[in-house]
Amino acid sequence: MSSAPDTSATAMPKNYLNEKITVSSWLLTLDHKRIAILYLVSLLAFFLIGGLAALVFRVELMTPEADVLRSETYNKFFTTHGIVMIFFFLIPSIPAVLGNFLVPVMIGARDFAFPKINLASWYVFMFGGVLALIATIAGGVETGWTFYTPYSTMYANSNVILAVCGAFIAGFSSIMTGLNFIVTIHKMRAPGLTWFRLPLFIWAMYATALVILLGTPVVAITLVMIFVERAFGFGIFDPALGGDPILFQHLFWFYSHPAVYIMILPAMGVVSELISCFSKRRLYGYRVIVFSSLAIAVIGFFVWGHHMFVSSQSTFAGLTFSFLTFFVAVPTALKMLNWIMTLHKGSVSLASPMLYAFGFLGLFVIGGLTGLFLSTLATDIHLHDTYFVVAHFHYVMVGGGVMGFLGGLHFWWPKITGRMYPEGLAIFAAIVIFIGFNLTFFPQFQLGVHGMPRRYHVYPEEFQVLHIASSTGAMVLGFGYLIMGAYLIWSLKFGKIAGKNPWNARGLEWETDSPPPTHNFHETPVVRHPVYAYEYASETSNEPDVQSEKGHV
Amino acid sequence: MSDSRPSYLAHHFDHLEQQKQSATLGIWLFLITEVMFFGGLFLGYIVYRGLYPEAWHLGSGKLDIALGATNTVVLIFSSLTMALAVRSAQVGNRKGCAHYLLATIILGSMFLGIKAIEYSHKFFPGPDSHYFLIPGKNFSLASPYADQVQIFFSFYFTMTGMHAIHMIIGIGILIWLYVKALKGSYHEHYYNPVEVTGLYWHFVDIVWIFLFPLLYLIGRH
Repeated sequence: MSSAPDTSATAMPKNYLNEKITVSSWLLTLDHKRIAILYLVSLLAFFLIGGLAALVFRVELMTPEADVLRSETYNKFFTTHGIVMIFFFLIPSIPAVLGNFLVPVMIGARDFAFPKINLASWYVFMFGGVLALIATIAGGVETGWTFYTPYSTMYANSNVILAVCGAFIAGFSSIMTGLNFIVTIHKMRAPGLTWFRLPLFIWAMYATALVILLGTPVVAITLVMIFVERAFGFGIFDPALGGDPILFQHLFWFYSHPAVYIMILPAMGVVSELISCFSKRRLYGYRVIVFSSLAIAVIGFFVWGHHMFVSSQSTFAGLTFSFLTFFVAVPTALKMLNWIMTLHKGSVSLASPMLYAFGFLGLFVIGGLTGLFLSTLATDIHLHDTYFVVAHFHYVMVGGGVMGFLGGLHFWWPKITGRMYPEGLAIFAAIVIFIGFNLTFFPQFQLGVHGMPRRYHVYPEEFQVLHIASSTGAMVLGFGYLIMGAYLIWSLKFGKIAGKNPWNARGLEWETDSPPPTHNFHETPVVRHPVYAYEYASETSNEPDVQSEKGHV
Repeated sequence: MSDSRPSYLAHHFDHLEQQKQSATLGIWLFLITEVMFFGGLFLGYIVYRGLYPEAWHLGSGKLDIALGATNTVVLIFSSLTMALAVRSAQVGNRKGCAHYLLATIILGSMFLGIKAIEYSHKFFPGPDSHYFLIPGKNFSLASPYADQVQIFFSFYFTMTGMHAIHMIIGIGILIWLYVKALKGSYHEHYYNPVEVTGLYWHFVDIVWIFLFPLLYLIGRH
């Protein structure tokens, strides 16, 4: 991926990819677009590691007995899967790749406000990631990604120290990215780009950055407390001294619940862009979606207690958190309704990115509605710590977050690389991924309702059929990702030249070259239209019958 | 546009005002994250102080109030010299800026030196002392609240330790600024780095202003 596409004379004009091609020009780049590519390559590597870990324990789960992994090894595999996928793939995925690439371009800036901090964020991220991987290779961590005390601080092996350090350090990279987003969006918008002309992807990034800035430092200090307790023997959560392990859970979930909004808000931003482009109309209820993103960011900070309904929390606290959890579903539902209203009477086309957007809509609805079962106190007592929670979480994070990421990656791939991927294969892969995903996780809802607890690798025989279905689905899903990886890499060299605006979309990123020049625009763009102005023709549109609007654009 | 660009205006900004506003907004956002970071520790402190007031009273009484108070004064003075460094840069007094930065570095280092003395008294309490206040296996204190006092000292060391790490980072940045200030890099047209570091320095100072009464004074009324 780090090799620029074909730089022969017939190919692209000077752009950010072919201007300099030495290794150091990549590793020391301050260009946000190149940093986005660095993130993309590293995140896909982490995604592969996390995915392979999942495949291994899915194989184990095909039989009721322990035949591939021992209990402890099994725990290490699901912990690796959790830590890698959450801290090193999902949280940075859309912000660090698509956000890094698109935020300055979409607002008509030459770069982020702090390009050096942006590059530093990648190095910090990689350092954290390498520490976490060393912890895995050195023998593995078996605490689960949640590092619950007193298990993590008193009983688990000392690799937990490394893993905690890795997560702590990666947090700083999130903070750097989030800080850059907010300052850049505030201070560097192109002339005429008012707040309510911003694309919804930018608003989603803004809301995400707020959550990152307010939440991440709290998990950082929580991990510091785990660290000093585990490494130096300081008593902070130790019940033997009168410490309170529940305090750890409060601190941990104060970040880690908002963290699911760090993972899903960006996907919602991508889906807003996709739905608008492939319905060829301005989003219905633009401002509602803007304010619902902000509302999710704010309310999301007050629902963490729903992870602790059975952790000796008072009934009053339980009721309050249950109510607030229902309440945070309202802005999400508003978004959903506005997306559907946009599709209604839009001229909808089923290009591959749009298939991912539809996948998102369906899967996220299932993920969201099953969340209501879990936020209801009475049903949660039955469903807590079962596969129902696992399925719910994956419907939201994979069905929502990953679908959004893949949809966005396909949508902006021609802008990032300058080339199209084979559309037929892309549609095929999207369908395989959709089927594989549902086959993996739908049976887990049933497993959970019937009482299969999570994190067990030995189970009663009657669960085997559903587990086999789930494991088969995981392989189909992995196969879908492989096809996708193959044609995306193929397209780097052999894909059709995309042109400025292959989707006939609106937005500043489509008005510059594909791939964009190093400073994004040849001259600072001026915005004269509202956002998603599909009623106006685009200067860069590939459609033949568009009249030129030079005076306007 | 490019011919009139001064060297201290980064390529991606349109004008100095935009660059300055970005730096200021950036540091305030960063300080918000710092508030949340220390906030987690303060939350833990509050929860346990509410649960074990006697232990907190006992632990607080074991801290050296003279050294703590001296350090508070030293730190407040360092904030004054930091503010004077920013002011000097703003009015174009390049030499004064460098001198005040040096004074801030010295005062910051004094704080850390005094803190180190205080820590060493805890680590090496002397042969005739009958308690050892470093949390962990060797912690010993003849008191029914000994276990909870250990939690107090875990917080004491984590909070002051985190504060000290922030001081060390701050001094590192100040040294870098000082080297550049000696070359006259900061003046009335360009002083963002000094101003931004000043805000960080004051923040670290304010954290101590909270830590001092919460740790040293609660046992003495």
